[in-house]
Amino acid sequence: MMKTLAGLTFIGMMASLYMAFIYAPTEAVMGHIQRIFYFHMGAVWVATIAFTVVFIASIQYLRRESRFWDILALSSAEIGVLFTTLTIITGSIWAKPVWGTWWTWDPQLTTTFILWILYIAYLMLRSAVSSDVKKAKFAAVFGIIAFIDLPLVYLSVRLMRGISPVVFGGRGGGIAPQMMFTLVVCLITFTLLYVVLLRERMSVEKMKEELARLKLEETT
Amino acid sequence: MESTEFDIIAEGVTKSFGNIQALYGIDLGVRKGEFLTVFGPNGAGKTTLIKLLATLAKPTSGRLIVANHDIKKEPNRVRGLIGVISHEPYLYGNLSALENIRFFASLYGVSQAEEKAVDLIKRVGLESRMHDLVRTFSRGMQQRLAVARAIIHEPKILLLDEPYTGLDQHGGRIFGDLLRWLKSQNRTIIMTTHSLTEGLGISDKVAILDNGKIIYESDADGVEIARFKEIYFEIIKA
Amino acid sequence: MKKIWAIVWKDIIIELRTKELFSSMFVFALLIILIFSFTFGFSVEFIPVAAPGILWVAFTFAGVLGLSRSFAIEKEWNSILGLLISPIDRSYIFLGKMIGNMIFVFIVEAIILQIFVLFFNYNLFVNLPSLLLVILLGTVGFVSVGTLFSAMAVNTKLREVLLPVLLFPIIVPVIVSSVKLIGVILSGKPIAKAGSSLQILILFDIIFLVICTVIFEYVIEE
Repeated sequence: MMKTLAGLTFIGMMASLYMAFIYAPTEAVMGHIQRIFYFHMGAVWVATIAFTVVFIASIQYLRRESRFWDILALSSAEIGVLFTTLTIITGSIWAKPVWGTWWTWDPQLTTTFILWILYIAYLMLRSAVSSDVKKAKFAAVFGIIAFIDLPLVYLSVRLMRGISPVVFGGRGGGIAPQMMFTLVVCLITFTLLYVVLLRERMSVEKMKEELARLKLEETT
Repeated sequence: MESTEFDIIAEGVTKSFGNIQALYGIDLGVRKGEFLTVFGPNGAGKTTLIKLLATLAKPTSGRLIVANHDIKKEPNRVRGLIGVISHEPYLYGNLSALENIRFFASLYGVSQAEEKAVDLIKRVGLESRMHDLVRTFSRGMQQRLAVARAIIHEPKILLLDEPYTGLDQHGGRIFGDLLRWLKSQNRTIIMTTHSLTEGLGISDKVAILDNGKIIYESDADGVEIARFKEIYFEIIKA
Repeated sequence: MKKIWAIVWKDIIIELRTKELFSSMFVFALLIILIFSFTFGFSVEFIPVAAPGILWVAFTFAGVLGLSRSFAIEKEWNSILGLLISPIDRSYIFLGKMIGNMIFVFIVEAIILQIFVLFFNYNLFVNLPSLLLVILLGTVGFVSVGTLFSAMAVNTKLREVLLPVLLFPIIVPVIVSSVKLIGVILSGKPIAKAGSSLQILILFDIIFLVICTVIFEYVIEE
């Protein structure tokens, strides 16, 4: 199962790269730099899924108290922070030539930045708690609150003026069908990538716990 | 087991903290008015057992019934019927003795709280320190005040978790007197300790807990200290 | 509920005795205003724009200090267990703690407002009722989440240091809305100018008051 997923992901990646850089038409206003947006959207997509998964896993952990949900939350959070970082980096790379600046405080960017900080706070909270059970509980509580908070952050930050990027104008306005297709392929690929990474991370964590358990049994 | 005769019933109680299992299948029964002392070395699970009974934690599996109420289903009912004395006093250092007892009395919804608080403080021998901050009390005095805190709401059932910890000879003796007084009021009492001398004279039943399992149980009548010590060390070694 | 009030009262008495919370919050707030007055003090044009921000920085930073202390006193002698073995709903414990925290934070905020007026020679009280309302709403927001998080933070290796890390990103909506609202109030414009800030603030308060009250028991139990 893992091999199939990994294989599909690889194919998807190759396809995405080809489509983003060669197949998709050049955007009218921004030129070639716009191509990075397909990967930027992929990263945003995964960052969002990961955050949602952390939320759901946190709720389930508080209800069931089974290790599975905690491991899922942790793994998803780690992947999430990675992809949020990628989102910010790809966003910056795009922004510099197009807006003339690496960063600006518009609503989308600011919310992404806060998301990044929330992920990091989540991971910091986990590492600051020594007891395993407390760690999982606290993290779950924070995961739930952070997820509910983010839409409010976006709403409040929108009160500040924003420069929303218009990214997909093909000739004659709107998204050209080839661009749409490329985008969809990218999103699917990134989703597969997320699942693959998630399963890997979870099995590593399960092995760690198994190891710790065996060590404990050995000493008693 | 008939639940009307028993104040405390544990059936197949287990407790795990994540991957660590602290209690394995505990079966226990304490009759009304009985005094059970649970002995065990450090790490045996004594504090975990008391925590579960005190509703501070939920059992991972099994049933725990206190005064005819299931601890999982009616924790608040159970809390109103139990008093807990631990090796920590559960008091506020920056409040006076009287303020502490008055505060806990209000949490339990005790009527005529003021008079009862004053009475109890006198009974545990702290009348002269009634308005002093608990911060200034010795360990022995704190433990005595903890007794007052534990019984302000007149619970039928008392849980004691290694209450003699940190008490010197004098403090231990005074506490022992208080304990005998509590027993004389026909309360149901479970006490855990790792010291063999403290529990034997006063208990009706004794049990030994080791590595999360109850491995010995018997009536305390006629069990001499020396004989019990032998049994204890043999069992612990095994 | 009487029990909630008992907890609030207990915390007040303890604070009156030790005055730890208060003195640290007060001194810290004073320092913040001082530093800002060095930076902005002599350029009068900046004050109306900067005032809301300075105020909220002072409120939240001093507030966090107080929030940390609130559960530290419960942890010191493990007195929280005394609360947990008594027949009181865990949510009442949360509300008791939260109300106590709000009282302390309000007092510090009132003092900060006075200090601000003094140091910057700027009249904050043009529209006092509205100003106080916004400060009230904002404080409810950050104290509710802050109380929950401080119960967690006190149980970690980092203790009080962790609280700002957890709290500040979450209360961004509160700060952004309140700053906007206060800015509008101070410049004498009608509240409608602040867009939906007020609604967002109220929404935040309601949502998180409910969530924190409900979820508190998971944080506090073994």
